[in-house]
Amino acid sequence: MNKIFLIIQREFMTRVKKKSFLLATILVPLIFPAVIGAMVYVKMQEEKNKEQETVFILNESDLVSFEDSESYAYVAVEGPIDSAKAEYNSSDAFALIYVPKIDLEDPSGITFYAKTTPGVTLVRGFEKNIERQLRDRKLTLAGLSDDQLDQLKTDVSIASFNLLETGDEQKSDTNSTFWISYVMGFLIYIFLFAYGSQVMQGVIEEKSSKIVEVIVSTVRPLQMMVGKVIGVASVGIVQFVIWMVLMSVIWSIGISFLGVDLTSTVPAEEQMKSNEILGVIADVNWTQIILLFLFYFLGGYLLYGALFAAVGSAVDTPADAQQFMMPIMLPIIISLMGLFLFVFEEPNGGPSFWLSIIPFTSPIVMMGRVGFGVPAWEIALSMVLLVAGFIFTLWLAGRIYRIGILMHGTKVNYKVLAKWLMMKN
Amino acid sequence: MSLLKIENISKSYSAHKALQRVSMEIPQGVIFGLLGPNGAGKTTLIRIINQIIEADSGAIYFEGNQLSEEHIRQIGYLPEERGLYKKMKVGEQLVYLGQLRGLSLKEATNRGKAWCEKLSIRDWWGKKVEDLSKGMAQKIQFISTVMHEPKLIILDEPFSGFDPVNANLIKDEILELREKGSTIIFSTHRMESVEQLCDHIAMIHKSEKILDGSKLDVKEQYRDGSFAIEYKSGTIQSAPEFEVLSTEEIGRGLQRTIVKFDPEANPNELLKQLLGQVEIHSFIEQVPNMNDIFIQLVKDEDPVLIEEAITN
Repeated sequence: MNKIFLIIQREFMTRVKKKSFLLATILVPLIFPAVIGAMVYVKMQEEKNKEQETVFILNESDLVSFEDSESYAYVAVEGPIDSAKAEYNSSDAFALIYVPKIDLEDPSGITFYAKTTPGVTLVRGFEKNIERQLRDRKLTLAGLSDDQLDQLKTDVSIASFNLLETGDEQKSDTNSTFWISYVMGFLIYIFLFAYGSQVMQGVIEEKSSKIVEVIVSTVRPLQMMVGKVIGVASVGIVQFVIWMVLMSVIWSIGISFLGVDLTSTVPAEEQMKSNEILGVIADVNWTQIILLFLFYFLGGYLLYGALFAAVGSAVDTPADAQQFMMPIMLPIIISLMGLFLFVFEEPNGGPSFWLSIIPFTSPIVMMGRVGFGVPAWEIALSMVLLVAGFIFTLWLAGRIYRIGILMHGTKVNYKVLAKWLMMKN
Repeated sequence: MSLLKIENISKSYSAHKALQRVSMEIPQGVIFGLLGPNGAGKTTLIRIINQIIEADSGAIYFEGNQLSEEHIRQIGYLPEERGLYKKMKVGEQLVYLGQLRGLSLKEATNRGKAWCEKLSIRDWWGKKVEDLSKGMAQKIQFISTVMHEPKLIILDEPFSGFDPVNANLIKDEILELREKGSTIIFSTHRMESVEQLCDHIAMIHKSEKILDGSKLDVKEQYRDGSFAIEYKSGTIQSAPEFEVLSTEEIGRGLQRTIVKFDPEANPNELLKQLLGQVEIHSFIEQVPNMNDIFIQLVKDEDPVLIEEAITN
């Protein structure tokens, strides 16, 4: 055990002492919020400075009319449609909408012209506008007065709560839950790749610098492999904890600045809304999420780290490793796709459930799900299976590793790997 | 009592037999030459002694006890395929390797520094390995092999990569280690260093042991009764008692003739016969050197392999 500790210590120290570690550890918590902040700022500026777009209207119907809005200024043009098109082409107007004489029951032939392909939501917006006017017209024909029409408009905003097992209600916000899931799932994805490939490179380096034979004459190959895997993991955890601390410091500083800003400039109503979002973020069980994150990071990392180590031991150069990377990367990529395709759509659906139970995909998918609330038994089952999973891959990788690290210049394929797996010591 | 006793060790990899029932005893305090052409099974045997791999059958005893994990502390191993962590500093590296062999942090530091002093590379303690020349890296590897004062030191081709000056330095260190009581297993193709260093030799060929014994005994065994004679006045001709193998002019009016005589007989008889024929300036028995023995043995078994064995 003492020797495993020596190996872990060496792996940890050589990595932590590198300048690149120091840079990444300090810069990432500064750069990421800065990049996100900059993007939000640009987006807000764009919204604010958005100019009214000119839209030409050739309106031959008296059923609909167009009123200028914040985004669009409507200019009526003369028909027929061909001359209107010509006029539109020579102008720098945004779009041309042609409304022919339409029948209330069958409003067909309305056309939207633009110089570039319009976004789906844009055209849908105009459609809704026209639909609403036609509906109002129909209601008026059915005998409703303008006052009654006004009364028909109700503004509904659904407040959603999670009903906890304790009976307490917790304000939930699908939007921020989505973001938490997204960030957590993605972080695990990045960590698996980053630290997994560090393990692989470390093994290849030891093999190519030919230090392995000296080391394995003092420790068992499995100890050497496990020591490396844990050593790299401890670097990852230290880095993650430093990031969390730094980011929460930066976050609280940022909030205090923003808080002042909000009270002075934003109207009370919006301020309430943003306070609500902040409230949701504060309500999220961060301790649970961070603990789960650490567990799934470690579990997933041990599972894949062992496989990365096995690949590293089998090859002589990183280029040779490519052929064995695919089967390892596939489940990781499937996890990420599952996150987008299933979890965000239906966090408690069948595919989401299975992907978050199977050890190879559970680290990413379960982290994506926890924000939405997952029954405790599912988390427990997934955790137990993940532990069994990494014990299995460590065993499997250990058998390949013990033979692989002493093999130089052998052409390795899957058949050879299988042979090593079966080979006695 | 012998330090290491190897009994009927066999090892095979799928269809390939790497070692077949190999037995040998390595006496305490000797330099033991483990010889054999490439692929003979030397490295496999060394790895089994180091407990890197396990034998299929057979047993190894270290000072009379079955070889086990606790003996790792007693063994120092310098593999043929050797290297160091390039990004680590010399000192850190020695301390790390020393600790892996069971030294405490303090012991490893002190001994590492003392050895660096001894091999005059103390200035490099804080430098990175990647900045070292190959010869210096070899010294570091040698130090890491012996710094924990093992009873058994296993050196696989220790001189490859050394210039003659440093090779001599290491040679002296090896001899000194033997004086201090260490036993050294020395695996090499270089017969001249076997000649200089080894007390005892064993040879493995095609996964079997084909020769084992003290160097002097082996040489005695391979004496073939050939003598080199340098002389003037006349030419030696074959006679019933001896056979002339070759004759050449070597200048100053001298000739040199190799004759083959009965190895069991008294060389005085040969000398007596020659005295009447020519004026003798030199008379030396041609004791076979290790190189000759090596090549002869391998050739007997398999002529194709010699070329490879010599070039390596």
